[in-house]
Amino acid sequence: MTDISAAGPARHRPRQSILTASANMKRRNAAEVRFKLYGLIAISLSLAMLATMLFTIFRDGVSSFRQATLSFPVELSAETLDPTGNRNPEDLRKVTTVGYQKVLSQAFVAELQARGITQDGVSDKQIGDLISRDAAGTLRAQVLANPDLIGTTIDATILAAGRVDGFLKGRVTFETAVRDNQINPDQLRLVEQLRDAGIVQSSFNWGFFTNPDASDQRPEAAGLGVALLGSAYMMLMVLVMCVPVGVAASIYLEEFAPKNRWTDAIEVNISNLAAVPSIVFGILGLAIFINFAGMPQSSTLVGALVISLMTLPTIIIATRASIRAVPPSIRDAALGVGASKMQTVFHHVLPLAMPGILTGTILGLATALGETAPLLLIGMVAFVDNYPSAPPEGFLDPATALPVQVFSWASRADPAFIERSNGAIIVLLVFLVIMNVAAILLRRRFERRW
Amino acid sequence: MKPFYLTVSVLAFAAAMPAAARDQIQITGSSTVLPYATIVAEAFGENFDFPTPVVEGGGSGAGRKKLCEGVGENTVDIANSSSRISQSDIDLCKANGVEEIMEVRFGYDGIVFASAVDGPEFALTPADMYNALAETVLKDGALVPNPHANWSEVNAALPDQEILVLSPGTKHGTREVYDTKVIIQGCEDTGAMAAFTASGMDEDATEAACMELRTDGRNIDIDGDYTETLARLDADKNAIGVFGLSFYQNNTDKLRVATMSGVAPSAETVASGEYPISRPLFFYVKKAHIGVIPGLKEFVEFFVSDDMAGPNGPLAEYGLVSDPELAATQAMVAAETPMGPLQ
Repeated sequence: MTDISAAGPARHRPRQSILTASANMKRRNAAEVRFKLYGLIAISLSLAMLATMLFTIFRDGVSSFRQATLSFPVELSAETLDPTGNRNPEDLRKVTTVGYQKVLSQAFVAELQARGITQDGVSDKQIGDLISRDAAGTLRAQVLANPDLIGTTIDATILAAGRVDGFLKGRVTFETAVRDNQINPDQLRLVEQLRDAGIVQSSFNWGFFTNPDASDQRPEAAGLGVALLGSAYMMLMVLVMCVPVGVAASIYLEEFAPKNRWTDAIEVNISNLAAVPSIVFGILGLAIFINFAGMPQSSTLVGALVISLMTLPTIIIATRASIRAVPPSIRDAALGVGASKMQTVFHHVLPLAMPGILTGTILGLATALGETAPLLLIGMVAFVDNYPSAPPEGFLDPATALPVQVFSWASRADPAFIERSNGAIIVLLVFLVIMNVAAILLRRRFERRW
Repeated sequence: MKPFYLTVSVLAFAAAMPAAARDQIQITGSSTVLPYATIVAEAFGENFDFPTPVVEGGGSGAGRKKLCEGVGENTVDIANSSSRISQSDIDLCKANGVEEIMEVRFGYDGIVFASAVDGPEFALTPADMYNALAETVLKDGALVPNPHANWSEVNAALPDQEILVLSPGTKHGTREVYDTKVIIQGCEDTGAMAAFTASGMDEDATEAACMELRTDGRNIDIDGDYTETLARLDADKNAIGVFGLSFYQNNTDKLRVATMSGVAPSAETVASGEYPISRPLFFYVKKAHIGVIPGLKEFVEFFVSDDMAGPNGPLAEYGLVSDPELAATQAMVAAETPMGPLQ
């Protein structure tokens, strides 16, 4: 938009100079300043939102990476744990966790007496309540796996109850304990003494990554083990199912398919599919894979199939874009030296498009990793306590997924689960960041521009 | 092209294995029963050689529908329910070949009204709740649109605080009890019901008129679970929320419970029937799956055993009001008696 006047009859124009600002120019400059300001406001608003979100998640969630444990010697007396005395596994199984709970409780009370730690107003039962309910099950499994332990005294390190853990993290205080059904201030005073004596310790919570989910009474034992495995299985299957199909479809559509009404229709529908709400794929999965094909509910296989349907359009679109970005001159050159169409595509176009395909795939997987809605309908939003077995049979076993675990913990009654839920979000975010960074690095490293 | 063949083989494998035996129990249904069922499932997995059952939430109605989808390994074994099964569910079951269902009542759940812990105390009655929440109330002998904006206008004994109630949404099993034991009861107590009938309405229309709640924002239906109600209550300290007794007992440091007709809710008062708002909790077992799905009968027996559902068991500790007739239920489960027609 330059104002070079063409030769011709001289017209009268107002005198303009770039050195003195005219009213018009001032207006245009002001508009530009305003526009920049709007942009800055928009960006700072979204950054502020992000920062608030991350801040609350980290504030509430970081504490889930630490966990209080109790260490004390436990005498595994033969009378209670093996009443028949023959060490027969069948008979050993008859002693339930209730029996083991008593053993733990008695050993804990005895240890406190031996160390001279007392607190007025705390009964033996209340002392026992400081031990997690999960500990008895762990101890029972340990004894059944190794019956020789019976009759010996072992140094046990077991989980402390959720409220004790909360007290060490500052979530439970003396004020809240007054009104709390599950713990009272006297018990907290006892915990303070235990901490000074080194019986209660807080350490890094490895169990958070390895333990399966736990019921509402044992937030301290809940972990992401099953969810991490389930997510890993699903991503593996999605990768195996989506990449070959998606890449083959894109190559055919870009390089081989004739341009006609049919391919246009397919193209429009692929874009449409990418925009279909994910819950729809869940309904489809329930109807086709579970009700019609009879695949097992809650299994990672069905989850992966459903998520593949969702991810496929994204991968096709990304792959087509990167194939299209390979300049035609490369194809022409290959065809010119006598390569067949197939050779052109696989020897020249595909290697050059690979970085783009990889990036698209990783971003598609990252979206798939965070998907919850379709899993709701195929029974993966569930309480699953057993790890799925090793693949390939494990693909048919029930499991959950990371975002599902966030969802189900967030709706539990005990506040300790809210902390776990935020912790799970942090884990999920870390995975997403890793995947996105990998996508960017791959693009930087391998991308070629023409 | 190797991955392609792998895909094909995975798909072929997937299509070829519908008969793979399922060895874990599948449970679905009410989100109120969900915590109880997970507690039992976890203990079952710890103490028995069977795998831990998989427990899903999703709502009582949806759970019963899933139970009635048919017989076979890819259908669920147990549906949890916080309300009794309906005739239409039973008909659906019959139509799909699910002939025999066992109805297991394992305890009771109280429904409590609670406000923020720092707020004033509330002593409510169904009549107060009706006058605070109904669309139309009886005032000075005439039916008028609800004029009350403050609890003290409803009843001078109540605190001077704005009315804001977070009611369970219509999807909830809780809503049914809430409607019958609080709203309709209140409708009757205030005399509004008699007035509706006097104005020429038949029984159904009267009931419908009673259950119509005000829509001016003083009653909010919460469709999510109790954690959502708790979050809303945190945000607005004036609100009164509706919770399950067990949820309240796990959050006593945040909530102050209201008495209902002068009775404070607790396991004892609900069990004795003094506290008026409670409901039975059920689960429904597909009898055809007993003996097919390993451990199903053992699980059901374990669920209703005294060690679990008894007054000193872990369920009672979590907030379940244990059933005084538990022994009869245990005998029923042992004999695998299917439920008869609804009375």
